[in-house]
Amino acid sequence: MSRIDRALLRGMTRARMSRRGLLGAAGLAAAGAALTGCGVGGQGAGKAPESEDFWAGKESNGKLRFANWPLYMDAERTQLKEFTEATGVKVDYDEAVQENHSFFGKIQPKLADGESIGYDLMVLSTGIELAKLVELGYLAPLDHTKMPNFSDYAGDKYQDPSYDPGNRFTVPYTSGITGIAYNPDYVDREITSIADLWRPEFEGKVGMMADPQEIANFALLLNGVAPADSTEQDWEKAADKLKEQRDKGIVRRYYQQDYIQPLTNGDVWLSMAWSGDVFQQNAEEGAGLEFVVPEEGATLWSDLMMIPRTAANPVDALMLMDFLYEPDVAAGLAEYINYIPPVPEVQNILEEKAADASGEEKEFLEDLVGSPLVFPTDEDYTKLHNYVPLSVDQEESFSPLFLSVTQS
Amino acid sequence: MTATSAPAPPAAPAPARARRPRRRVDWGKYVTWAVIAWLLSPIAFMIVFSFNDIKGRHNVTWQGFTLHWYADALAYPDLTQALVNSLLIALLTMVFAGLLGGLLGLALGRYTFRGQGATDLVMFSAISAPEVVMGAGLLSMFLTMNIATGFWTIVVSHVMFSVSFVAITVRARVLALDPALEEAARDLGASAWTTFRLVTLPMLAPALMAGGLIAFVLSIDDYIITTFVSGNTSTFPLWIWGTTRVGTPPQVNVMGTLIFAVGVLLAVVNAAMARRRA
Amino acid sequence: MTDERRPRLATRAAPYLLVAPAWLWLALFFVVPIATILSMSLMSGNLYDGYSLTWEFGNYAAAVGTYWEQIGRSLLYGACATVLCILIGYPCAYWIAFRGGAYKNVYLLLLLLPMFVSFVLRTISWKAFLADQGIILGTLKGIGLLPDGAYVLNSAPAVVFGLAYNFLPFMVLPVYAVLERMDHRVVEAARDLYAGPVRAFTRVVLPMSLPGVFAGVIMTFIPTSADYVNATVLGGAHNTMVGKVIESQYLVNNAYPMAASITFVLMAVLLVGIFSYARALGTDRVMEASAR
Repeated sequence: MSRIDRALLRGMTRARMSRRGLLGAAGLAAAGAALTGCGVGGQGAGKAPESEDFWAGKESNGKLRFANWPLYMDAERTQLKEFTEATGVKVDYDEAVQENHSFFGKIQPKLADGESIGYDLMVLSTGIELAKLVELGYLAPLDHTKMPNFSDYAGDKYQDPSYDPGNRFTVPYTSGITGIAYNPDYVDREITSIADLWRPEFEGKVGMMADPQEIANFALLLNGVAPADSTEQDWEKAADKLKEQRDKGIVRRYYQQDYIQPLTNGDVWLSMAWSGDVFQQNAEEGAGLEFVVPEEGATLWSDLMMIPRTAANPVDALMLMDFLYEPDVAAGLAEYINYIPPVPEVQNILEEKAADASGEEKEFLEDLVGSPLVFPTDEDYTKLHNYVPLSVDQEESFSPLFLSVTQS
Repeated sequence: MTATSAPAPPAAPAPARARRPRRRVDWGKYVTWAVIAWLLSPIAFMIVFSFNDIKGRHNVTWQGFTLHWYADALAYPDLTQALVNSLLIALLTMVFAGLLGGLLGLALGRYTFRGQGATDLVMFSAISAPEVVMGAGLLSMFLTMNIATGFWTIVVSHVMFSVSFVAITVRARVLALDPALEEAARDLGASAWTTFRLVTLPMLAPALMAGGLIAFVLSIDDYIITTFVSGNTSTFPLWIWGTTRVGTPPQVNVMGTLIFAVGVLLAVVNAAMARRRA
Repeated sequence: MTDERRPRLATRAAPYLLVAPAWLWLALFFVVPIATILSMSLMSGNLYDGYSLTWEFGNYAAAVGTYWEQIGRSLLYGACATVLCILIGYPCAYWIAFRGGAYKNVYLLLLLLPMFVSFVLRTISWKAFLADQGIILGTLKGIGLLPDGAYVLNSAPAVVFGLAYNFLPFMVLPVYAVLERMDHRVVEAARDLYAGPVRAFTRVVLPMSLPGVFAGVIMTFIPTSADYVNATVLGGAHNTMVGKVIESQYLVNNAYPMAASITFVLMAVLLVGIFSYARALGTDRVMEASAR
């Protein structure tokens, strides 16, 4: 070891630079610029084909590749095994999606070239990336004649949503609420509103989300504006509000999804949070966190299944999509991921299962069935808003505005 | 820390000590050991928490001892795949960077030639350029040339940033070689190739091994450049980074511990061999 | 006699043949990419229609105008971490070089051991240590040395601390290398001459070890000021470093020209910094001294 280091060091400390060498390198750099040409190909907005055109002549290939978020299916991949048993189609499952932005960034060049992205089915959230995917014509239109389960079992709120009229390209995998979570060990009063996140008494103990849309929603709601009806002026006011909160030192940090542990061990006392995370943390670690849908309102989001247009096995992907809407299968998923299932029937199935279960499992299932975090009440639903709908043009001013809040 | 750095640590070479009174406190020793403890504390944490019997997803508070995670080290197929990718990439980097860097180091140590200054400059730049700049540059190039990023772009990039380290290591060894040995071989009638194969190469072997090891370590540890050029390919550091959002499973600690153990073993063996040769 | 000529010719070509593959590789994957940053930073357009080279120098104004704060902060954090590395690393290197005795290599090995654990994993581990109710702060709060609300994690000191932690070996090694080569008799003579360890150190040892410090500063300042892993893991709401901006402009926003402009500005600032630093110290002297 020591021998390596000494040799290495000698080399490191031995750099000699000459002006001539520098000039040579500069010349080479210029040549390099010429070599690499001058441009990056455009992603050219294509039009999505009509449903019949796309599906004409396509058949099942007996396999598919599925990109999903981490912890969105149990380690045994139970639902996929059931699917393979039922249909004979094999599934390659990959926890490839960790962030909407970065996943989109990775697949986008391939989609633009009309190449397969390596996945036939993927799950992305309602939001900017979805708008881009649709507008650029990167998604396969769904053939609803082949999706009987979806039309039979999906809840009303998940059929024909505003972000994808007629479910043309997407169906929900699971949904969730963005609300406020707090740790009663440190916060000794009830938290009820978004305004609490702006209180100076919580200086350095408030967690906010890093996602531009999520924080925009909260600031808009605080200002009394419904995100879905907001204008560019509202956005600017919202951003100012957020900067004020940040500059007063109230915000501890802008979190991706890693707020839950700091919330449990007291690094932050209250934070923007996703419903399922809080439920899971309480169920698994008895963290005793409280989750509230603030009085100003909160947002309902969905993680959506979609098929890229360049998929090699779209028919198999469509089959799996529909299979996951079979109530028993959907119940199995919900039991593991603890977010809001798009199939209302799941509540009854789990209720029955809880009745038959015993001990710890019974307790867990009863908690799950009774939790407003997993099965929101109608009153909660009235307070839940949709996201700011963004065209690709608007996004170009929206994202930088809110990134200037979180990335500073 | 400032208090310990302001006064000169007592420098007492052996003969001087005989004439001077013995110093009472050897501050430097405490500083050094404190620094070593500081450097190793997160590693101790990692190792200890690979035995942590956690119930939920978050491995931060101690909840009891278990060997479960070692038995179940391969529970996450994605993690296993990422680790396999990392090892493969590191091995390929070691081979390619070892080869290219070895040749470069040999040339730099043995010959004077035109362009040596420029070579030095480029090597120095490649060593000291910030990773984010190299990553950004590589991605820019792959984008403009329309090359899809993935496994091979990672390998290519890792070879790029480790080749200079190998070259430097080999050059130092070449400079230290006794040319008389090779001359002797020539005098005894060996051809240039035979001399190289039977005399030069064996003498360079330790430096090549060391350089290759550096390339391996640099590659397996790299995060920043890899994020830029990885496409859909995952590596060990990238996978860990991804899990920080939802809770890093103890299996990561297990694999980190195993890699650490192998690294320590290799270093100790290398040091022992160096001692025996010396 | 023909045999005499062939090796000579081969000898003349040999270095070029040996160098060629590595040269090609570095030219293709180091020099050309850096050049591509330059050409990309002058493009305009958008993701949908593509980007083309239009010599859009305005990109630089936009990059500096929007992100001067992050760039400045990165340099500041990098500088603080570098100073911290000198303060901690120099005594360490000094002691090992002069007093390490037979165990020099063991100490060096111990200093390098952390490198066998993934950089990302090491940095993440600090989060648990620095938590508000963790081993360190929890204990201090318990005995009343810190107010309950105090925190370290997600602050500028935590970032600098993390940077210094991760890059300390890059300071210790070059300093050690220089000190270790130093002739002990010179040190001894200095002590006799200046009659005191402090003056012997400041007049002789320190100046002679400066080339090592110089190399160490370069090896720590550049990577620390361009790093974003520490700031992302250990930083808070107002500690974003420029590396993070570059990363998200490339990989999240796909705003390539903007991303390339920021990268180029960062590179230029660092280069100017290094050259003026080298100038101030006297490039030739430093470089000559550091060459063995």
